[in-house]
Amino acid sequence: MSGQSTHHGPGAAGHEAHMDPATAREAATLGIWTFLATEVLLFGGLFTSYIIYRIKYPQIFYEGHLKLDHVLGAINTVVLIGSSLTVALGIAAIRKGKVGLLRLYLFLTLLLAGTFLGIKYVEYTEKFSHGLYPDTDIFFSLYFMLTGLHGLHVLAGMVLLGAVLFLAGRGRYSESYHTPVEISGLYWHFVDLVWIYLFPLLYLLG
Amino acid sequence: MQETTWNGEPLKNGDPPRGYLEAKGFWAWAYTLDHKRIGVMYLYTTLFFFLAGGVFALLIRIKLMFPGQHIFTNQTYNVLFTMHGALMIFLFVIPAIPSGLGNFFIPLQIGARDVAFPRINLMSYWVFVAGIVVILFSLVRPMDTGWTFYTPYSARTAADVTTLSFGIFLIGMSSILTGLNFLVTIHKLRAPGMTWHRMPLFIWSMYATSIIQVLATPVVGITFLLLAMERVLGVGFFDPAKGGDPILFQHFFWFYSHPVVYVMILPAMGIISEIVPAFSRKPIFGYKAIAYSSMAIAVFGFFVWGHHMFVTGMSGTAAILFSLLTYSVAIPTAIKVFNWIATMYRGSITFESPMLYALTFIFLFVIGGLTGMYLGALGADIHVHDTYFIVAHFHYTMVGGTVMGLLAGLHYWFPKMTGRMLSEKMGRPAWLLIFIGFNVTFFTQFILGFEGMPRRYAEYPAQYQALNILSTVGSWILATGILIMFANFVRGLFRGALAPPNPWKALSLEWETGSPPATENFEEIPTVTDWPYGYAGRQT
Repeated sequence: MSGQSTHHGPGAAGHEAHMDPATAREAATLGIWTFLATEVLLFGGLFTSYIIYRIKYPQIFYEGHLKLDHVLGAINTVVLIGSSLTVALGIAAIRKGKVGLLRLYLFLTLLLAGTFLGIKYVEYTEKFSHGLYPDTDIFFSLYFMLTGLHGLHVLAGMVLLGAVLFLAGRGRYSESYHTPVEISGLYWHFVDLVWIYLFPLLYLLG
Repeated sequence: MQETTWNGEPLKNGDPPRGYLEAKGFWAWAYTLDHKRIGVMYLYTTLFFFLAGGVFALLIRIKLMFPGQHIFTNQTYNVLFTMHGALMIFLFVIPAIPSGLGNFFIPLQIGARDVAFPRINLMSYWVFVAGIVVILFSLVRPMDTGWTFYTPYSARTAADVTTLSFGIFLIGMSSILTGLNFLVTIHKLRAPGMTWHRMPLFIWSMYATSIIQVLATPVVGITFLLLAMERVLGVGFFDPAKGGDPILFQHFFWFYSHPVVYVMILPAMGIISEIVPAFSRKPIFGYKAIAYSSMAIAVFGFFVWGHHMFVTGMSGTAAILFSLLTYSVAIPTAIKVFNWIATMYRGSITFESPMLYALTFIFLFVIGGLTGMYLGALGADIHVHDTYFIVAHFHYTMVGGTVMGLLAGLHYWFPKMTGRMLSEKMGRPAWLLIFIGFNVTFFTQFILGFEGMPRRYAEYPAQYQALNILSTVGSWILATGILIMFANFVRGLFRGALAPPNPWKALSLEWETGSPPATENFEEIPTVTDWPYGYAGRQT
């Protein structure tokens, strides 16, 4: 989403900047919270399925969770919570106008997010090597759908934060204007929060 | 005599100012951030699929004139009714009013220069188009499941359910983005002085609509994703062989698809609430009751999905609860109808095309709504379940309701959008044919359903033939009316008389700008001091 208004029709620039900064900021905040509500409902379908099938087949869920790697899951939980911390620190930094520090924290966040996906890749490979696939049973259907959809969200978050990092490098954000940083930060916290539910539901509950 | 000014502005080469329509060329449209242009693009796109879905419907009706296998195969018939349903629902009835007229008129009615996120608005349109392209790809192995995609058949059929699911996922994303944009716009961009209770009722209804779009659509997104994964990866949520449950699909599907019928009807109700007072020259009766009933419908709408599933073997308790909740939706709906009628009472009513369609809406929607009560009653529902009674019921609500509301809105706002008037001489006969054709087509289907003719079957016992022929003839009358109406649109676009800024002397803000409005909508953002329904009788 670059700002090359030359490509837009006449009056396009006016349609972009038709709000005063304070209203624009409030609008963006309301927008991201509404968007997160839609995300909750997207995952809601899967969580509902989880509840239904867990009640129906406790034995399959018990045996399934034994086949997951609790240690890798726990490490990934720490990694993601760490990335939430670095994002929060980044937002705190830009509120004081420290662009360099923001970029450092965003870079660390991306690194942690990459680590998370790397560990997830190791886990998936191991599952496949043991013949555990999405069609194995209802537990692994849920496991792969939930972690897969979550993984896609991690990837989307990385693209978002990467874009913010890039734009921060071009001096787009300052003490007075950093709404996109806060908004992508909120999205990242959401992605983290989903995992905080997924980890106990899939790996720990016996 | 040649005029030299129009609305106080000089004419250019004899033409009036073109407002937002000034810039020409592909990119001036495809890359526009102007909500009005995006709304117009949505209208053209959705109306195209209205005509395409209509052609499918005419073919279905021709086939059903004869009881046996005639004209084309039963498999072709399955594809035709599936495509008719899927195209009409996802590409026309759901998006037409919100994304088309809503995009155009929400900022104008609340006195804003645009929606809150113009770029997301444009993205929403192109995601919609991407969804359409994906859906067209699925036509290689066309769908034969009916628009409801019920498992287990949809998980097994050779038709390309996977591609179509992905297409509908994209359409859903577009719908969510539009709803989100409108919610934020209505919250944050109202003109100074426009309190919640000074908003036009179309805005209230669009607000309620947006809430449903935002909260229900993600659920159908995940449902279609799971259906696609069932086919691609062998995930077993809906597959009894793997411990899954096909009924779960129906729950998920209707958790979206029931609330979404209010995405279809609420914006139409909003349009009626604008037109009825303007053409009765009376203040709207029960403003707050109408406004809050929109919100009530949005909320109740989330808790009634089970009434589509009374015959799936749900528990008696659940069935009774769903039945009661279904009745509860009738209360806010009836509140609206009574308030419209009370608004007209002793008004100075005139019968231009917008009002004719608005009255048709009220008349047909009452029939559609009341038969919905039959269907909400457990005993009656089991008798007519999956018969033509259902088909007639939802055509009375979606065509008699939503489409009539859309047509009312199109006739009402055509002068504003295009700067030209429609011809009443063409508009009224078109309306009459549509009204007669619709009732002949679909009232017969109530009778057919009550006599036991099941929906979706390609063949039927000969005893039903007479009414089927009548219904088909009705569809020809309806199609003729719609063709004349479109001819009127095309004629109006090029040759219609120039429209003044406020041809109907209506009071909401969109009529205070030019026809068509300038790109920035208002020269100066207006300050609002009153509600938009202070009509005081007919001015002579």
